[in-house]
Order: sequence, then C-alpha cells, then structure tokens
Amino acid sequence: MYEGVVQDLIDELGRLPGVGPKSAQRIAFHILQADPTDVRRLAHALTEVKEKVRFCAVCGNVAQSEQCRVCQDPRRDLAVICVVEEPKDVVAIERTREFRGRYHVLGGAISPIEGVGPDDLRIRELLARLADGTVTELILATDPNLEGEATATYLARMVKPMGLKVTRLASGLPVGGDLEYADEVTLGRAFEGRRLLDV
Amino acid sequence: MYVAHLSLADFRSYARVEVPLDPGVTAFVGPNGQGKTNLVEAVGYLATLGSHRVASDAPLVRLGADRAVVRASVVHGDRQQLVELEINPGKANRARINRSSQVRPRDVLGIVRTVLFAPEDLALVKGDPGERRRFLDELITARSPRMAGVRQDYDRVLKQRNTLLKSAALARRHGGRSGADLSTLDVWDQHLARSGAELLAQRLDLIASLQPLADKAYERLAPGGGPVGFEYRGSAGEADQGATTREELYEVLLAALAEVRGQEIERGVTLVGPHRDDLLLTLGRMPAKGYASHGESWSYALALRLASYDLLRAEGGAGGEPVLILDDVFAELDATRRDRLAELVAPGEQVLVTAAVDDDVPGVLAGGRFTVAEGTVQRR
Ligand SMILES: Nc1ncnc2c1ncn2[C@@H]1O[C@H](COP(=O)(O)OP(=O)(O)O)[C@@H](O)[C@H]1O
Ligand SMILES: [Mg+2]
Ligand SMILES: [Zn+2]
Repeated sequence: MYEGVVQDLIDELGRLPGVGPKSAQRIAFHILQADPTDVRRLAHALTEVKEKVRFCAVCGNVAQSEQCRVCQDPRRDLAVICVVEEPKDVVAIERTREFRGRYHVLGGAISPIEGVGPDDLRIRELLARLADGTVTELILATDPNLEGEATATYLARMVKPMGLKVTRLASGLPVGGDLEYADEVTLGRAFEGRRLLDV
Repeated sequence: MYVAHLSLADFRSYARVEVPLDPGVTAFVGPNGQGKTNLVEAVGYLATLGSHRVASDAPLVRLGADRAVVRASVVHGDRQQLVELEINPGKANRARINRSSQVRPRDVLGIVRTVLFAPEDLALVKGDPGERRRFLDELITARSPRMAGVRQDYDRVLKQRNTLLKSAALARRHGGRSGADLSTLDVWDQHLARSGAELLAQRLDLIASLQPLADKAYERLAPGGGPVGFEYRGSAGEADQGATTREELYEVLLAALAEVRGQEIERGVTLVGPHRDDLLLTLGRMPAKGYASHGESWSYALALRLASYDLLRAEGGAGGEPVLILDDVFAELDATRRDRLAELVAPGEQVLVTAAVDDDVPGVLAGGRFTVAEGTVQRR
C-alpha cells in the first residue's frame, strides 16, 4: 500500500477495463514522473470528454450534442438501422463506407455470466424506433462470437412479428472475435454479403 | 508425421531441455519421478491443448515460473513446421507456427497428432462417463481440428445457459420474478442444440467407425475374449429416435430441452446434451464397467487406443500418421499382452516409450534410447 493520494490514483486506474493491479501501479508511477504539462493535458482530456461528450438520444452512439453526427446527417437512409454492441463498432463500420443507414448501439451483448440480460441493453429504445414503420431493414452487426450471435437471435425473434427484413453480416468475419478488429475490406464485404436471418 | 525436436522451457520439472528425436522408436528410461512422463506429456499437449494427467494448466508450469513454453519441430513428409505454445495459467495461452505472428492456440491443432497410452487409460473403462466423453471428443478433434471450435462454443453456451438457469432458480426460490431472465432461454436452447448437434453427429460417426477397429484390436490382444461393442447413451434419447444427422439431432435436442425445462429451472442446470452422455462399452454380452476383470479392462483400454491409432492412420490425409506415445504401460501388462502390444505398435512412424528400467521395454521396440535422471535427458 502506498500513501493516500498515490494509492487513490492506483485504485482509480485499477478500476479501468483491462488494467490489472500491476499495470495500475506502473501507470501511476509513470504519471508521477511525467512532465506536469503532459499530465494536465491528460486530466483536461478526461474532464472534457465527460463534460462535452454524451450519448446520442436517438441511437446511443457517442455524441457532442443531443444527437450524434450520423443521426444529424440528412443524407442517411432512414429505412435501415444497423444494430451494434458498442460505439467503437460504429467507428469500424463507418470506416468501410459501405453503410448509408443509421445505427443503434445496444451497449453490450446478452451474457448471463456477466449478468447482462435484455433489460440491460437498449432494446426497448430500438423497438420504439421501429414502431412507426419507417424502418424496413434491420442489420444485426453484433460481434461474431457466441454472445453476439445469441443477442442477434434474440433480437430477430423479438422483431419477427413486425415483418421487417432482418439481416446478419456475412460470415467471413473472424469467428469468436470482436467486430472492431475486423479489417475494413473484410467488414465491408460482410456488409455486402449480409444474409437474411431466419428464426 | 514425427517430432524431430522437442524443446521445453519451465514445463513441469524442466527449466530448459532440448531433445532431438528421430523417426522410429525412442525410449526414455529412468527411475520414477525423474521427468519421463513430463516429456511425453508436452508432446501430447501440442496435439490436444491439454494434459492426459491433469484437467488444468497450472501444474504444467514449473513451480515458481509464470509460464511454460513447449516448442516442437514437426516433419510431415518433406515439410517441416515449427509449433510453439506458451502456457499461461489463468490467462490466454499463446501460439505461433513457423515463427509467424501469433495465432490462436487451437490453430495449431492438427500439426502434431498423437495417440497416447498411459496407466490413466484404465479409467476409460472403469471410470466416470466424463472420461469416455473426453476420449471421444479428443479423437473427434484429432480427426477434424475444426471441432475444437465447436467444443469451445458448446462449453461456452452451456456455461451461459447454466448461469441463466441458476439465477432463475434463485429468483424463484426467493419469490422473485424470473420472467425477464427466462426470456432469453429459448435463444440459448437454440445455440446449445446447434453446437450440441454438431458434436453429437461427430461422436456417433466416430463410434460407428471405431467399433470394428476396437473389436479387431481386442481380438489381437486377447484372442477369443470379445466381442467389443459400443452403445451411445444419449441424454436426449437420440438413439431411440434413430437420429444421426445434424438436422435430426438438432430437433431431438430442442425437443428434449423443452421437455425438461421445468426440472432445469428447478435445479439450475442443463440436464440434456452431449455433456451428460455416456458411451457404454460392452465385452461379450456384458458391460465392461463393473463386470470385466482387471486384465480384461486393461486389454479394453489398450484396444480403444489401438483403434484410435488405426483410425487416424487410415484417415491420415494431410495430417499424417500420429505419433504413438506409450507412457509406462508395459510394466502394467503380463508378458503375453506386452509382446502383442509391442508388435502392434513397433511399425509406427514414430513411437515414444517411457519405462522405469530397460527390461520394461520389449525387445521388438529397439531404437534410440535416452536416460532421464534428475531433470536431464541424455542420449545413450
Ligand atoms: N510444475 C512442476 N514444477 C516442478 N516440478 C514438477 C512440476 N510438476 C511435476 N514436477 C516434478 O516432476 C516429477 C514427476 O515427473 P514425471 O515425468 O511424472 O516422472 P516419471 O519419470 O516417473 O514419469 C516429480 O518429481 C514432480 O515433483
Ligand atoms: Mg511416468
Ligand atoms: Zn445517433
């Protein structure tokens, strides 16, 4: 254990995803020894992001105002919604330039092990967006791993009575992986070759 | 195929060891506890990503070290490949092929193929159903490395589904509502049935191919003692319904899950599926377990391994003939079966034998010999 503030910093860092106790200690001591202006820049970025960035009221993507850039763009096709797990997946798909519709960010995938059920995801919000009939195709672009597949199956079953066209990204994505790690070409192709999901 | 070089770092008792190997027979001889099994266990790990002795990876890492590395240079015909596995207990293992960048550990499956005989094999006949399931599933993966992914998926769905059932059972007992929780159960059923059916189809196909080979092997080891028979005992009643294809098995599994759902929610576990099945082994007209003598059980276990070897060799294809590993088995056998087994395995492309004393290595298994003592491996 270190003294007061140092330990506080280590504890805070250790709560970040992917940062274990050892890394937390290493980062903390790096910060202690770093140039004060560098540290101030980091602190500024942290507070700024919390003050200025929020989640889009429509799709749940990160946004600088009420709505995200995609939802504000009048050229986007209102008839198609692409459902993803995380905002970082939106970034990955935008890079491919294959998709002209809008998104819906769930905020994760169904995983009982991690205590995540349908109520913990933005599924109710999705159903609300589908209610008025503007949307005719739903692309399920959850991760190509078990939890992503299960979430896609669940959603497909939920919206089945609405009679939408429901598609899933084509295989060819590395199975068991994260969408964000797929390269642009592979992800782009997966979009083009999306298949109807039958449940 | 054969292993031309084995190199270990912080694996079991070895801080570092380099073992150059030849095709044909190689025997590792030395008193007990010197590290003979540790060597062949490492070769087996490359083939199955598991140990034949322990269920977890932790004991494989040398006491005091963080990780173990197993590296082997493998010869398939005129092609040579280098496989490397880093074992990190509690974390993801890492793998490389030909010094390339990292691949998933399961991508190395199929490069090294082994059939391992060990004293522990007696449990195939006398032990719990889990032993026989592991036997089948390892062989399925050796036949078709892609099945490693299916097995992983199945285990993961099972874990997710059991967690869901457990929390539903808990909620029910405490009078809470479990409706929201259970809304996803259908989805997990579907995924469980899908990978379960794939696994089942492969098991049933394997059993059909393996049974005649095991019968023949038993006849050679213990003439007139058979016949050897297999009966798959599926928890979903698949045999009674004559289901064999993936599609049929999928439907059978889904129906069985629907039928036991109430019980499952009560008990908080998944009650049907390949993880609950057994392979009934029969000898003559009786089950081997509980009826066969100690000697018969041993012959049966050996026959299962010999049949595995015959099957993998016959289907060899690009995978090539598997390496035969006989860990301390000759000392367990009487002279007749010892000689018969030795004759059957002697022609193998590569045969690795461990024994406490030279006399335990049958004469027909002449070949290279190493002395293993206190963690050193010396060619004689
Ligand atoms: N993780 C480990 N770290 C250090 N030593 C180990 C480890 N696991 C096993 N050993 C040692 O290895 C020896 C057993 O080696 P083994 O290969 O099974 O012997 P044998 O030559 O009888 O086959 C034992 O002395 C045991 O203490
Ligand atoms: Mg031994
Ligand atoms: Zn938006």
